[in-house]
Amino acid sequence: MKIDPSKCVACGNCTYVCPMGAIYIDPAIKRATVNRDECVECYACFNGLSQEHLNPTMVRTMRKLFQLMRLRFDPEPDVCPTAAFAPEELTWPRVVRRAFSDPRVPHESTGVEGRGTEEVKTNDVSGRVQTGEVGFTIEFGRPGVGVWIREIQEMSQELARAGVAFEKKNPVTSLMSDVATGTIRDDILNEKVLSAILEIKVPVERTEEIIRLVWDVEKRLETVVALGVGTRCDPDGEDRTVAPILERMGYKLERAKTNVGLGRITNSAPAARQGEVVTR
Amino acid sequence: MTNTLHRYGDAASFRDDYVVFAICSRGKNDQDSVPKLRRFLEMALPFKPVNLGDARHGGALRPSKSMSPVSHWKRDMQPDFQAVIDGLDTPTTAAAVFDNRAAAEDFVKSVKAADLGLSVNISTSIEGAEQCCDEAGICRHSVGYSLGFEGKTAHLPNEDVLQLSTMCGHGMVSSSFAKKMVDWVKEGRRTPEQAVTYLARFCSCGVFNPSRARRILEDARKRTK
Repeated sequence: MKIDPSKCVACGNCTYVCPMGAIYIDPAIKRATVNRDECVECYACFNGLSQEHLNPTMVRTMRKLFQLMRLRFDPEPDVCPTAAFAPEELTWPRVVRRAFSDPRVPHESTGVEGRGTEEVKTNDVSGRVQTGEVGFTIEFGRPGVGVWIREIQEMSQELARAGVAFEKKNPVTSLMSDVATGTIRDDILNEKVLSAILEIKVPVERTEEIIRLVWDVEKRLETVVALGVGTRCDPDGEDRTVAPILERMGYKLERAKTNVGLGRITNSAPAARQGEVVTR
Repeated sequence: MTNTLHRYGDAASFRDDYVVFAICSRGKNDQDSVPKLRRFLEMALPFKPVNLGDARHGGALRPSKSMSPVSHWKRDMQPDFQAVIDGLDTPTTAAAVFDNRAAAEDFVKSVKAADLGLSVNISTSIEGAEQCCDEAGICRHSVGYSLGFEGKTAHLPNEDVLQLSTMCGHGMVSSSFAKKMVDWVKEGRRTPEQAVTYLARFCSCGVFNPSRARRILEDARKRTK
């Protein structure tokens, strides 16, 4: 993302809305500037800010006058008054940043649409996580910290050493040069993204072992990790297996995503692709 | 992305936060899913949702790409639910957000009766979802637990900010902006109602809960954690 210096009036609104804090007013040029190392190309600034199309010279003059009179300039905080953002054509490997950070674009770098996968959200239809299995989503970087791909690799290689298989239909898996060792392709290791998810499935007996492994690795990372643990409920809708393990490990279970089991296979022909499914 | 799963807060803080969403599975039930997803959203309207959204186009409050200067004084702060329904044009995730359990329960009952064939999930406290299922006569099929945030949590902001910013699980509501809105409400520069509309416009899939956000801002006005 770039900011057109001929349009920017340095109102500062965009410095707050950047999830990575990567926009600042450069005192040398008195314009908002994007720190390209930290920018993850999430487009929150471009997509989220409303845009006016005011004359930049007029706005700058008014702002100077207000400043002289010690008057507070109090614009709407979610507006770019001069529509100064200028998205750029991203090339490899930088395009990976956007693929993982802007939720509105299909995963063009990997061919997998959306940033995440269906996980247990469609388990009633897909049967991805069966009785006796546990599905893990290990998410890095969220909220608002971001993660370097090389940090994700630290976790994926450790999981691979533990003999864990990665979900195939996952954007991170599709960027691995060697799935067996959890090695991610070299040319993207120094890219930073807003968040990314490793997704694995193990027998329920390995639940504690995997969590302890994650605990060990996350100590070495400079980011935050959010663990999601998915399981199939018993026929009466209870989970008597996984929740007790998690509680025994010290987790206080507060929130969950509950699949209520209303889905069914309705497609009449095999896998006719209707479009892109964006998952949440 | 596990977008609605990792909202920050304890179970009690989700008493006014029920996200019910429908999703199709690629190759399994995505054919002709668009009218079903629209129907899902339409069915939510009688139960007075606080937000509707689709993961591709956004929620009921959206930014404008062509604001006029006068709109600062007469800005439309009302959610446009019909625009969300009309705009859903591709297989995606459709979400309805409620701020009370009774509404969520009634909606789930209604969705069950409609038998759309889509996967339906409830994202809220574990107990809240169980109660919705019990009331609708549904046995839970699968559950995905959030274990919260770990690792370098020193990078995270304070609780009020975290509760606000994690209501967009895609991370589009920045911590700095949420903090700014807390501060502006505290200073009396904006009302909580105004602040939540600013925040909600950044959520790119419409699962931001303006009602819960308003409560958090009201609480933070008196005592920021």
